[in-house]
Amino acid sequence: MSQIHVTTKINGDTTEYLCDPEETLLDVLRDRLALTGAKEGCGTGDCGACSVTVDGRLVCSCLTLGAEADGCEIDTIEGMADGEKLHPLQQKFLEHAALQCGICTPGILVAAKSLLEKNPSPTEEEARYWLAGNLCRCTGYDKIIRAVMDAAEEMRRAS
Amino acid sequence: MSETGIGASVKRLEDYRFLTGRGTYTDDINQPGQTHAYILRSPHAHATINSIDTSAAAAAPGVVAIFTGADMEVGSLPCGWQIHNKDGSPMAEPGHPPLAQGKVRHVGDQVAVVIAETLAQARSAAELIEVDYSELPAVVDMNKALAGGTLVHDDVADNLCYDWELGDEGEVDKAIAGAHHVTEIDIVNNRLIPNAMEPRAAIGSFDRATGEYTLYTTSQNPHVIRLLMGAFVLQIPEHKLRIVAPDVGGGFGSKIYHYAEEAIVTWAAPKVGRPIKWTADRSESFITDAHGRDHITNVKLALDESGKFLALKVNTKANMGAYLSTFATCVPTYLYATLLAGVYTTPVIYAGVKAIFTNTTPVDAYRGAGRPEASYLIERVVDRAAREMGIPQDEIRRKNFIPRDAFPYQTPVALEYDSGDYEATLNSAMKNADVDGFAARKAASEAKGKLRGLGYSTYVEACGIAPSAVVGSLGARAGLFESANVRVNPTGSVTIFTGSHSHGQGHETTFAQLVSETLGLPLDQVEISHGDTNKVAFGMGTYGSRSLAVGGEAMMKAMNKIIDKSKKIAAHVLEAAEADIEFKDGKFTVAGTDKEMTFGEVALTAYVPHNFPHDTLEPGLEEQAFYDPMNFTYPGGCHIVEVEVDPDTGVVKVDRVTASDDVGRVINPMIVAGQTHGGLAQGIGQALLEGCIYDDNGQLLTGSYMDYTMPRADDLPNFSTSNEVTLCAHNSLGVKGVGETGAIGSPPAVINAIVDALSGLGVTDISMPATPQKVWQAIQGAKAAAE
Ligand code: FES
Ligand code: FES
Repeated sequence: MSQIHVTTKINGDTTEYLCDPEETLLDVLRDRLALTGAKEGCGTGDCGACSVTVDGRLVCSCLTLGAEADGCEIDTIEGMADGEKLHPLQQKFLEHAALQCGICTPGILVAAKSLLEKNPSPTEEEARYWLAGNLCRCTGYDKIIRAVMDAAEEMRRAS
Repeated sequence: MSETGIGASVKRLEDYRFLTGRGTYTDDINQPGQTHAYILRSPHAHATINSIDTSAAAAAPGVVAIFTGADMEVGSLPCGWQIHNKDGSPMAEPGHPPLAQGKVRHVGDQVAVVIAETLAQARSAAELIEVDYSELPAVVDMNKALAGGTLVHDDVADNLCYDWELGDEGEVDKAIAGAHHVTEIDIVNNRLIPNAMEPRAAIGSFDRATGEYTLYTTSQNPHVIRLLMGAFVLQIPEHKLRIVAPDVGGGFGSKIYHYAEEAIVTWAAPKVGRPIKWTADRSESFITDAHGRDHITNVKLALDESGKFLALKVNTKANMGAYLSTFATCVPTYLYATLLAGVYTTPVIYAGVKAIFTNTTPVDAYRGAGRPEASYLIERVVDRAAREMGIPQDEIRRKNFIPRDAFPYQTPVALEYDSGDYEATLNSAMKNADVDGFAARKAASEAKGKLRGLGYSTYVEACGIAPSAVVGSLGARAGLFESANVRVNPTGSVTIFTGSHSHGQGHETTFAQLVSETLGLPLDQVEISHGDTNKVAFGMGTYGSRSLAVGGEAMMKAMNKIIDKSKKIAAHVLEAAEADIEFKDGKFTVAGTDKEMTFGEVALTAYVPHNFPHDTLEPGLEEQAFYDPMNFTYPGGCHIVEVEVDPDTGVVKVDRVTASDDVGRVINPMIVAGQTHGGLAQGIGQALLEGCIYDDNGQLLTGSYMDYTMPRADDLPNFSTSNEVTLCAHNSLGVKGVGETGAIGSPPAVINAIVDALSGLGVTDISMPATPQKVWQAIQGAKAAAE
C-alpha cells in the first residue's frame, strides 16, 4: 500500500511525513514524530486524552487521519509552553496540583486552552461542560476546574 | 514548619514533565527492532477449544510469530492469598494459564498471540486464525453458579471457591432473636471497572549477550511482578529479570496484579529475538483489567430500644470471575469482614462469605477493596434503622461511636484500632456541610418542584497494608513490609530508592518533603527513584494506602541510619565523642561548642576518607532499611452528601459533597486534598453512574465509554474537604493513608441522600448505580403503592 506524503505545520514548525492511508493523526504524532504528549485513552473519541488542535479547532487526534492534516496547522501539548516558560494554564495546573498521574493532562490542557481562546470568561458551568469530553480518573475534576478558572482570570488581567 | 518539610503544600515536583507532555509512560517507549503483539481473545464466555489453525495467519504480511496455549507450557498465574473454608480445608484454586489450555472461561480470555512488524499487521493476521470452539452454557449469576450445573472449572464443585466465616454465628443469632428491633436489607455492591486512563501495556525483551530479560509494564508493584512472574510462571531467576514500571497513568488497584500479557511478551521475547510491545486498546481494558466489588449481601442489624447496636450479621456472595486474580481472595474476607464493626461498638458480629466462580472477567481489589463494601452496607443499614426507629441520623451514630478515649479499641472482628475521633469528623463535616441550613435549602428546592435529601456516612478503614506476621497467619503468601535505600552522594545530594510506586499519588514530592524535613536539605537536592527493579533493591509496591505509612516509614528508618553514621563521621572529624554530636537543620554540631559540619561536608568526607580509622569507620554514606508495620492504620471520617432530585426525570444532581477525614498527620495538604477528591469522584461514580452489566451469555454489555458511564466534569460539584487529625499510634510519622478514603466513605452518603430525598414518598431503598431510570421507577413505584 502506498504511503501518503503530508506537509503540515506542527507547533509552528513545518513538518513533513509519510503515513499510511488508514493511520490516525495520533499514531503519526506518537509513533512517527515522537510527539508522545497526546495519549490514546480510548481510540473512539470518548476520553479526550488525544486532544490536539487542527487549524485552531479542538479535535480528537484518534479520530483524525494523519493524511487529513495535509496543509493544516497542528498544535499539541509540546508546543504549549514558550520554551521554559509555562503557559498560564500549565502554571495554574501546577499551582493547584490539578493533575495526579498526568496521563489525561495534555489533553485537558489543550482542550482548556481552546476553551479560553473561544471564551475568555467562562462560568464554572461552562468550563465543566467544555471539559466534559475529557475523562480524568484521578482528580475528580475539582482542581482542574479551579485551575482553569484561575488561569482564565489571570489571562484576562494580562491582556 | 519549613516551606519544604512536613505540612507544607509543596507544588508537585513531578508535574513539570506531565504538564509539558514529557512524561514517559510504557506506551511512549519504543525499542529498536521492536515488534508488536496482538492478543486473539475469546469471543465466548465459555467454550472448549477443539483446534486452532494458525497457518493462514502465519503466512500473512509482517507476521513474525504466532503462539497458542499449546506452545506456551508455563506455570499458572498465581494467587497470592490462600483462604480456608469453615471446615478448615483450603479454598479451591484452579489454574490460570496465560494462554488458554483447551478451554476459555470468559469473554476476553487469551487464546493466541500474533507478533508482527506492526500492530495493524498483527491485528489483521489474527483475523485469519481459525479457532474451532464448542460453545458451552455460561454461568454469570452468582446464585445460579452456586446451584451447580454449569461449572467454570470442572474440578470446582458448585463453582464455590470458598465458604468462609468470621465470628460466632450462634451468639449473633441469639442477640438478634432477643433484640428490640432488627433492620434487614439486601444489598448489591455493583461491579465496577477501574478504568485507569492509561490502558495496560507491556514491552518484553531479552538480551542474548547477558541472558537478561527486561519487562516494561504498567504496574503498581514491579518487584511483585518480578517475583510472581519469575518464580511461578516463567521460572526466570530474579537476577536475570528486570521489571520497569515507568510513569504509570493511574492504577486504583487494577495494576497490582500479574497479568497474562506480561508473561506472554516476556516469554516470547527470546523466541522472536526482538522486543515485543503490547498495548491494550480500551475494549481490551474493559474485558481484561480486573474488575472491582460485585458482592450481594443480606445484612441484619439488631438494636435495643434506645438505638444501641447489639449485633450485626452479614451473609455475602462475592464474585471472583472466571479465575483467581492475584489478591482476589483476600478482598471479601480479610479486607471486608474485619471492617464490619465500622466506627461503632457493636459487640457481636458474624460474617459468612461465599466466593464464587462465574464466566466473567476476574474480580480483584479496586480502590478501597472490601472496605467500601463493608462501609456501604453498614451505613445503609444504620441509615435505615434510624429511619425505622425515628432517631436522627447524627444521633444514632453518636450513640454508637467508639468513644475517642476508648483507643486502642479491640473490635469483635479481629482488628485493634489504634486511634480515632469519630465525633470530631462528624462535627466538622456537619458544620462544613451547613446541615443547619438544610431545611431552608430543602424548602427552596420544593418550591421549584424538586426533592432534596441529605445523607451521612461515618466510616473507618484499615490500610497501611500490612503487618507481615498478621497477614501471614491469615493466608497471605507474601510479606507486606516495604524497603528504602538512602544514597547520599559525595556532594551531599540524596537519592532515595523506594519500593513504593507512584502512579499519580505524588510520591516524588511527599517523600522529598520527608527528606527535606529529616535531613534539612532543599528539595532540589533530593531525588526519589522508584519503579525499576535494577535500581530499587526490593519493594512490595503501592496499594491499600500503604506508601507513606509503610514506604515512608522505611525511608525514615533508613534516614535515621544515615544520621547515625554521619554522627560517627562528624565525631571523628571534629574530634569529639559521638554522643556529643547533635544534628539539627542540616548541621552536625558538637554540643556546647561552635564546632560544626554541614551535611554536605559529612557526605564529602564519607567519600574522601583520607584518615578514617579502618576498623571502626567504613567509607561511604548509604543505608538500607526494611519496615514492617506493627498494625494496620485506621483512617476514618464523615462524608455528607446533599442531592437534589428531579421527580419528573429521576435525575439526581449532587449539590454538595463534604468530607471530613482523619488520615493522621498530613505531609502535603494539597496532595491529600487531591487524593480525597479523586476517591470521592470514584465513590460518587459507583453510587450514581457506574455499573458493569453482563447478559446471560456472559457478554459484557458495558464494554465501552458509550455504555459504561464514567464521572465527567459536568457530573460533579466542587468538593469541601478537611482533615481532623489523630495520629497513628504505631508509626513514627503518625500517618494513616488517604488513597482510598473518598471511595470508601462516599457511596453510602450518596445513596442515603437519595433515600432521604425520596423518603417522603415512601421509598426506602435504591440500588447503585442510582440512574435516572431507577430513581424515576422508584418514585413511580412508591406513588403507585400509595394509591
Ligand atoms: S483517545 Fe481519542 S478520545 Fe480517547
Ligand atoms: S490525572 Fe490521572 S487521569 Fe487525570
